[in-house]
Amino acid sequence: MELQFTLGTGGRVNSNKMKKDKDTIDKTLKRKHKLQAKEVKVFYDDFMAIKGIDMNIRANKITAFIGPSGCGKSTFLRLFNRMNDYVDGFRLEGEILIDGENIYKKKVNVEQLRKQVGMVFQKPNPFPKSIYENVAYGLKIQGIKDKNFLRQKVEDSLKQVGLWNEVKEDINKSALALSGGQQQRLCIARTLAVEPSIILMDEPTSALDPISTAKIEELIYELKEKYTIVIVTHNMQQAGRISDYTAFFYMGELIEYDKSKKLFTNPEKKQTENYITGRFG
Amino acid sequence: MLRKFSFFQMRKLKETVIEKGLQASALVTIAVTVGIILVLSIEAILFFKEVSIIDFFTDTQWTPLYTDKHFGIITLLSGTLLTSFIAIIFAVPVGLSISIYISEYAPRSFRKTIKPALELLAAVPTVVYGFFALTVVTPFLQTFIPGLAGFNSLSAGLVMGIMIIPFVSSLSEDALHAVPNSLREAAYGMGSTKLQNAFRVLVPAASSGIIVSIILAISRAIGETMIVAIAAGQQPRLTLDPTVPVETITAYIVQVSLGDVQHGSLEYRTIFAAGITLFIFTFLLNTISYRIRKKFREKYE
Repeated sequence: MELQFTLGTGGRVNSNKMKKDKDTIDKTLKRKHKLQAKEVKVFYDDFMAIKGIDMNIRANKITAFIGPSGCGKSTFLRLFNRMNDYVDGFRLEGEILIDGENIYKKKVNVEQLRKQVGMVFQKPNPFPKSIYENVAYGLKIQGIKDKNFLRQKVEDSLKQVGLWNEVKEDINKSALALSGGQQQRLCIARTLAVEPSIILMDEPTSALDPISTAKIEELIYELKEKYTIVIVTHNMQQAGRISDYTAFFYMGELIEYDKSKKLFTNPEKKQTENYITGRFG
Repeated sequence: MLRKFSFFQMRKLKETVIEKGLQASALVTIAVTVGIILVLSIEAILFFKEVSIIDFFTDTQWTPLYTDKHFGIITLLSGTLLTSFIAIIFAVPVGLSISIYISEYAPRSFRKTIKPALELLAAVPTVVYGFFALTVVTPFLQTFIPGLAGFNSLSAGLVMGIMIIPFVSSLSEDALHAVPNSLREAAYGMGSTKLQNAFRVLVPAASSGIIVSIILAISRAIGETMIVAIAAGQQPRLTLDPTVPVETITAYIVQVSLGDVQHGSLEYRTIFAAGITLFIFTFLLNTISYRIRKKFREKYE
């Protein structure tokens, strides 16, 4: 899937050779490192929340961010769809690249970027509209009006999250009438409907009961075939269960980043070990 | 005597006195309301003994002060509704735009200046607004609306609209502000622009609060007296033409109250019949807005 969040990329004239080289590089990068952070520092006014992080996140894998509260993992996650832009006093140093392209460049269209980088939040936050309207929202704001297309897309997305059979009779009823777990799956369906290639999840199960959590985890695991998923979690069992890679953050720094199996069984750093064994945090 | 009471007994006595005092002040407001309704009703009943209620609602002329008396309240009601309608048509789009701007676009520092400035609009005495409508707005409008009379519902309505802007904008802004941030994040996270976020997510989510603000503004406009009495004229006329003088219910009440109508006469009682009509209108509007507000509160708690 081609990323197109830069204004005017389509019309730019490049020498063919340069373009070819760039494409090859892009493709290689895409295969390996979907998301990259280069010497990233984040400031809120004078406070440094992220203290220089370099990180490469792989395509079609699930990467978990763990760490104690206030360690910067949510802030770091929200860099990838520029959700921090609305925070007062936010300032970024360094670069965030998606498919090799710096998403903090001036000409980047933030709305377009967010269609490629979907986000699921901690608390299920469906719009106070019908189930149908919730899922169709992202398509409608892109100007899509074709009723049949919308209906098909809503059905597909709800099927993808396993909600279709539960709600197909009530598709025009308010989304607020659903249970918390169903609401969260609806929010995931809403995100999938706009066909992102990356999904960011900010503690998506922390407000849910164990059964709903299990359903969502299963869903996340299925989604990784098509999507690159980054998930922030407080639940280390969850990180261990579903993620391929895990990154441990502490005090705005990336302490350790490795395959989940390795990080949870044989961490390199003492701090990581202390955290995952529950000695602090 | 004092020594018989312990410290705790004294304190309890004091508590009781304060409680009764507070209760009394609450009861005063209820008593006053009941008293007003009683007086209005009694005088209105006496009025309707002499004038048929059917004539009251179907006659198209209002001439109680002339020898050929007609009591068609529709005439006054049309003046009230016409001026209020103009005010609302003007105030709702402007007030709503202001509220969306303040709540979603304005930088925090600007919001701190503009909110008190807006509320100042509500603090201007209405007699000043009336004066402003008559001596500034009407002459200004006359420069490009040639047939505009010196007294007219257009300029009265527009100035009344200015007056009620803060009612719409302030309450709507509160309603928009009360929409949980998680909805804004959801909308932005899906790739909404600010405008799409405002009109597709926030306004629908805050709709009950916005409707309440509009209803209260209507109720305020219907009850407004000074502006219409000064700038809209005192000629009861059944019309939808905004360029000619009209008389509203409130302006008529002012006219009669200040005139030399004999106490207890039929002419005197007309103001109670007109008053109770006005009261029923604003009472209904306030009840509707109270209902909506209650529903709205349940939704977010």
